[in-house]
Amino acid sequence: MAVNQQIPLLMELGSPGRRAYYLPKLDIPSKPVDEIIPKNLIREEPASLPELSELEAVRHYTGLSRRNHGVDVGFYPLGSCTMKYNPKINEDLASLPGLAEIHPYQPEETVQGALQLMYELEQDLCEIAGLDRATLSPAAGAHGELTGLMLIKAYHEAGGEGHRDEIIVPDAAHGTNPASAAMCGYKIVEVPSDERGGVSVEHLRQVVGPNTAGLMLTNPNTLGLFDENILTITELVHDAGGLNYYDGANANAILGKCRAGDMGFDVVHFNLHKTFSTPHGGGGPGSGPIAVRDILVPFLPTPTVEKDSEDCFVLQHNRSKSIGKVKGFYGNFLVLVRAYGYMRTMGPKGLKRASEDAVLSANYIMERLKDVYNLPYDRVCMHEFVLSAVMQKKHGVTAQDIAKRLLDYNIHAPTVYFPMIVEEALMIEPTETETKAELDAFIEVMRNIAAEVLESPEKLQQAPYHTVIGRLDETQAARRPIVRWQAAETEE
Amino acid sequence: MKIPSDLRYCETHEWAKTEAEHVMVGVTEFAQDEMGDIVFVELPVVGSEYKKGESMAVIESVKAVSDIYAPISGTVVEVNESLNDQPELINEDCYGEGWMFKIASSNAEELETLMNAAEYEAHTDA
Repeated sequence: MAVNQQIPLLMELGSPGRRAYYLPKLDIPSKPVDEIIPKNLIREEPASLPELSELEAVRHYTGLSRRNHGVDVGFYPLGSCTMKYNPKINEDLASLPGLAEIHPYQPEETVQGALQLMYELEQDLCEIAGLDRATLSPAAGAHGELTGLMLIKAYHEAGGEGHRDEIIVPDAAHGTNPASAAMCGYKIVEVPSDERGGVSVEHLRQVVGPNTAGLMLTNPNTLGLFDENILTITELVHDAGGLNYYDGANANAILGKCRAGDMGFDVVHFNLHKTFSTPHGGGGPGSGPIAVRDILVPFLPTPTVEKDSEDCFVLQHNRSKSIGKVKGFYGNFLVLVRAYGYMRTMGPKGLKRASEDAVLSANYIMERLKDVYNLPYDRVCMHEFVLSAVMQKKHGVTAQDIAKRLLDYNIHAPTVYFPMIVEEALMIEPTETETKAELDAFIEVMRNIAAEVLESPEKLQQAPYHTVIGRLDETQAARRPIVRWQAAETEE
Repeated sequence: MKIPSDLRYCETHEWAKTEAEHVMVGVTEFAQDEMGDIVFVELPVVGSEYKKGESMAVIESVKAVSDIYAPISGTVVEVNESLNDQPELINEDCYGEGWMFKIASSNAEELETLMNAAEYEAHTDA
């Protein structure tokens, strides 16, 4: 693949006066700029903008895109991120002019279709969650977490229980859980995992109490394991007067199989950009709607979409107990459109099948790799599983080295060193969208790497070899970051 | 693995030693090895008070972010400012140049409750 080592910046390309596009001749009277804009806001010197032909601009961005890895390019088993394929039909829907070109300030009667879409998406998410109402406003999973915790706080305060200041978080939790709780002003109480990889119920019993505001839990958890004591856990928290928050980051494992509401959760966020197949990673933007039990409905953020007596859809901004707005306008609307498209094209049976296949794919890979990599929790997994590179570490090869070597095979690295309760962790999530042939190819690569560890460990310590840029010095990048553009050194 | 015999140790891998009137604190070789290359250290503010077991500082490595807990109760009297520019000192010399902070102890007996070198060695082998 001919990819140049150095791609110049747009600013370094082009030539003065070169243009990609010429505006049509002005057909209205023109006014001098100083008559329209206050003098103190007018630049003294013209902005230094790149001046390029269309072809130069296209080649620049196409060149950059060829350096990217995405699920459209190759396998992407990044655990906990659900990098499933995003069907192109969702993009077609999101570019329909009636959805893409509307303005958030348009009168409601002119955007009934958009409002209906939001109304129905809310209903679908509630059905999947087993809960009563939802807000589509949060712009990401962690934003959903913060919003959900604010609802829990508002609920306790309204009930005269504002002193409850502790959120319980398992040691296997996503890092965003304790971070969101701290952001919301809560103290974090950590509970350890038991030997089966679930929450230690015994320890939970000791920490729940009159100060418990709630518990945040991912189920399946970050080990990819379904917590067998989930009903006991949520009941313990409820009995102490706390509420249960379900981190839906791993919802791809359970669609149509079990519901957060039935498991005893009161709030759940969904990452539309994971579970419901909207673009994410660098592409985004994300979307993290939350669904809630009836007791939390009065506190939901504004606006909500309601249906009036004449079956018209309206935005309700005036809700007396609401925590207020959490996002400009109505959330990332075009992401909602893509998720809606995905859910409608898949249907209830399709979504259930997606989860079944995601779980099957993960178990298939796990079973075929557990003789060459350590599997610390050896039981049936859900949509992902965690291997440990402890056997390889004895030969001087770490999880990071294995991750780097995978890049040579055009495979995105798994999540590494997380969850932190597993040493040298490699967290693998294949998703349902890969064929068996692709899964077999990955298994073969992973087995080859395990063999390489025994034959030539030093080779792995220097990987990757076939990428545009080789092994980066991540330590120096963090210790002495170069955060702004510097002129390239003159070539000899 | 180096475990100096004149230091006291916590289960959370901090070391402590009496130095003149104060107690000097850092992290053990086991801890720095587990964390990997350290890229950032957040030190406590001089004059702030901590109870034994409270989080006092944060170490960020290429792998993870870890809390450093107070081995004893007391007030911070000095911090190792060099770590702001050279966090790698902890990797290079965790018992010397890489020390983190000094505490004026409010309860001298607490130091005696920490592990000695032999106990800590057994703890890290477990």
